[in-house]
Amino acid sequence: MTNTINEVEDAKAIFVIGSNTTENHPVIGYRIKRAVKKGAKLIVADPRRIELCNYADTFLQLKPGTNIALLNAMAHVIIKEGLADEKFIQERTENFAALKATVEKYTPEYAEKITGVPAEKIIRAARIYAKAETASILYTMGVTQHTSGTDNVLAIANLAMLTGNIGKPSSGVNPLRGQNNVQGACDMGALPNVFTGYQPVTDEKARTKFAQAWGVELSAKPGLTVTEMFSAAENKNIRAMYIMGENPYLSDPDSSHVRHCMEQLEFLVVQDLFLTETAKYADVVLPAVSWAEKEGTFVNTERRVQKVNQALTPRGKAKADWQIIAEIGKRLGFDWNYQCAEDIFKEIAALTPSYAGITYERLGVTGINWPCPSEDHPGTPILHVGKFSRGLGRFSAVEHQGPAEEPDEEYPFLLTTGRVLYHYHTGTMTRRSKGLKKVLNEELMEINPDDAKALNLQDADLVKVASRRGEVKSKIRITDRVPKGIVFMTFHFKETAANLLTSSRSCPTAKIPELKVTAVRIEKAN
Amino acid sequence: MSKVKITINGMPLEVDASMTILEAAESAGIEIPTFCHDPELTRAGACRICVVEVAGARNLPAACTTPVSEGMVIETESERVIKARRVNLQLIWANHPQDCLTCEKTGSCKLQDYSYRYNVTGSPYKGETKVHELDDTNPFFFRDLNKCIYCGKCVRKCYEVNGAGAVEFMYRGFNTKVTTAFDVPLEESSCVMCGMCVDVCPVGALTPKQGLHNNRPWEVKKVLTTCPYCGCGCTYYLHVRNDKIVGITPNFKGPMKGHMCVKGRFGWDFVDSPDRLKTPLIKKNGEFVEATWEEALDLVAAKFKEVRAQYGADAIAGLSSARATNEENYLFQKLLRSLGTNNVDHCARL
Ligand code: SF4
Ligand code: SF4
Ligand code: SF4
Ligand code: FES
Repeated sequence: MTNTINEVEDAKAIFVIGSNTTENHPVIGYRIKRAVKKGAKLIVADPRRIELCNYADTFLQLKPGTNIALLNAMAHVIIKEGLADEKFIQERTENFAALKATVEKYTPEYAEKITGVPAEKIIRAARIYAKAETASILYTMGVTQHTSGTDNVLAIANLAMLTGNIGKPSSGVNPLRGQNNVQGACDMGALPNVFTGYQPVTDEKARTKFAQAWGVELSAKPGLTVTEMFSAAENKNIRAMYIMGENPYLSDPDSSHVRHCMEQLEFLVVQDLFLTETAKYADVVLPAVSWAEKEGTFVNTERRVQKVNQALTPRGKAKADWQIIAEIGKRLGFDWNYQCAEDIFKEIAALTPSYAGITYERLGVTGINWPCPSEDHPGTPILHVGKFSRGLGRFSAVEHQGPAEEPDEEYPFLLTTGRVLYHYHTGTMTRRSKGLKKVLNEELMEINPDDAKALNLQDADLVKVASRRGEVKSKIRITDRVPKGIVFMTFHFKETAANLLTSSRSCPTAKIPELKVTAVRIEKAN
Repeated sequence: MSKVKITINGMPLEVDASMTILEAAESAGIEIPTFCHDPELTRAGACRICVVEVAGARNLPAACTTPVSEGMVIETESERVIKARRVNLQLIWANHPQDCLTCEKTGSCKLQDYSYRYNVTGSPYKGETKVHELDDTNPFFFRDLNKCIYCGKCVRKCYEVNGAGAVEFMYRGFNTKVTTAFDVPLEESSCVMCGMCVDVCPVGALTPKQGLHNNRPWEVKKVLTTCPYCGCGCTYYLHVRNDKIVGITPNFKGPMKGHMCVKGRFGWDFVDSPDRLKTPLIKKNGEFVEATWEEALDLVAAKFKEVRAQYGADAIAGLSSARATNEENYLFQKLLRSLGTNNVDHCARL
């Protein structure tokens, strides 16, 4: 996020796109509802009638995979009606002409044809967003999990720059990170192309710095992304894999393919709390401890580094992930000598400018938002104040592209996936919580009443859902949260693994798979 | 901000003119009892346990709603004040189960604390007592409305902070109770089980089911940590007793102000699930066999070396974790990169 969670509460307009915030980021959901009570206008863009719609001034029920057309049309209206922040555009941005030329053809009427959202609603949303003194955009996977994911994000940034809604309180472009430490994993360089703090592996200076600090030679060739790794395993280009605390067999698209790839590996080691579906394919399984049994730090979605403290002794013979990695490192002949998590954190701070000023001691009960370049720096709750990190903010001219897979005669429904309030990800933790399990312990695929009627289905009926890649059986819940033609499933339940259905086709730049759009066929099962 | 000069318990103070007497007292480290007050909620002024004596005023004003003014002279524990508070407590006790021995709230109950402080042992007032059935229908907390003192904090928290507005005051007079619209069970209402009402209830009317009979505040160690679920990053204190988690107190001073959702508040019991892996496993002839750490780690290191020697470092890949700590993610990528490959990623994209 460019801004903090609590600032959302004071925004005058909030534009939530592709985020079912009240279920996936509940505390941010509370802030949004509070903002509305204080008079903020809420715009919600989502294929489903999510809970936030009850609080929205304008609900844009768009077809999945049509974000860019919608966002471009809003930009079109803002420019046409003279609502753009000329001064901000002049002083802080570049490439405006290109944006203007591109969005020219995205009239609200043109966008209506693509998105299914009535033109007057698009106009209304654009006016609300542009006229508000402070306007904040919140988005999640509904925006990124598309073949056009990267362009979606650029189109969002365009809107914020167009209206000067960045670099000031209660505004900004705010991706809500789904998992507790996605932000931290990225910051720490658990990515194929960067070291910590996004220092590129292709940058000679960065490489030399890390090579010296670590006392090893480093490769300049960017590595493979998750999806590419599995294909490479299939082609025998990857022979051994080390998977820590992830369950790609359930979380990644096209699971049967993932499984097939994992089976080709010569050696797979999985490190986890439980014998997950992925761990079952491993040659070696290493028992890790839970967050309550170890020390360290997580970074939340607003870039706040916060402390994790050890409350319990490790269960059984399990060890903290860092201890296990350190043991392996030693056996591989690296000169590693970490006594505690803090030793590692100090090394991180020394090699990462945006963390340079953070120490365990300073984190206290509130944590610190990076960038925090020195020990006397208070941290940076709001990014891009006065200046973008790259200097001028650059508008990107992006065009609508349809999703890779569209419903057809054979697969007439569009499946979109996500999470619900009571569970988390592949359910390895929440499905082992007594209370949460009691509330919900099975998939209830959402389907529109009209579709249910046409298929002769009753609430809680069992259906067979099939895509080009696989099929699962699931119970249904009949609800008008989903429009006609669209069904919704989570990926919490291994018995109804939705990712057997999804496709691994991904956005060419960010390599994020298109989990939000899968064509499926539905029939009653018995 | 303009300042005013006031005196509290003989102590001269200069405070912001916008403060209430309660805030001014707190800023000087003077504690005034409260039941219905919560700094982030609208002021209810309902319970009147916070009354103080202000020189020249005929009545005892409520400290939580009365603003300070220039020259105000305040006594927070005068004889009149104490008498009023005692009567207030006695009236509550007239209609409150005397159940402290086994009540889950003992030790962190405001009614108990203030009764002790003002030596109130029960009630001279006799009257009809409430008989509500204990509601244990939802999986996460008990509702014992016989213990409710009508402070209304749960109602305001639920409406003002959560936005769910699941509970409200229903019925009138003696029959008043805090419940859902039409008095349906919580699970059938708009309640999202966030537990924030439980965390603000000053008495034992709302208590968590987890840690039942095992969570006396003086017997637990409280350890600050960060939620392992979503990216909001709520922080809270785990209550630990005999090496088990028995409860949670939100970090009210943290950035999320002590707000939480059902997963973080109640979903931590996977820690002691019987399914936890207890020892390393090595697959032999298609079956997992228990192994020592030495065996398992030696094997992993040997295989990585072997693959690297035979096919090059880029034949190895690692998936790190968006759930592991920074330190672990750092070390993970350091391991892969030190081996000579940048094949490291995690499921940020999922
Ligand atoms: S648990 Fe949360 S949503 Fe339910 S009544 Fe309490 S405050 Fe309201
Ligand atoms: S249940 Fe607790 S918080 Fe709610 S009104 Fe009663 S005493 Fe107050
Ligand atoms: S308590 Fe809920 S909202 Fe807070 S971090 Fe945990 S999962 Fe997210
Ligand atoms: S705390 Fe002041 S009236 Fe209740």
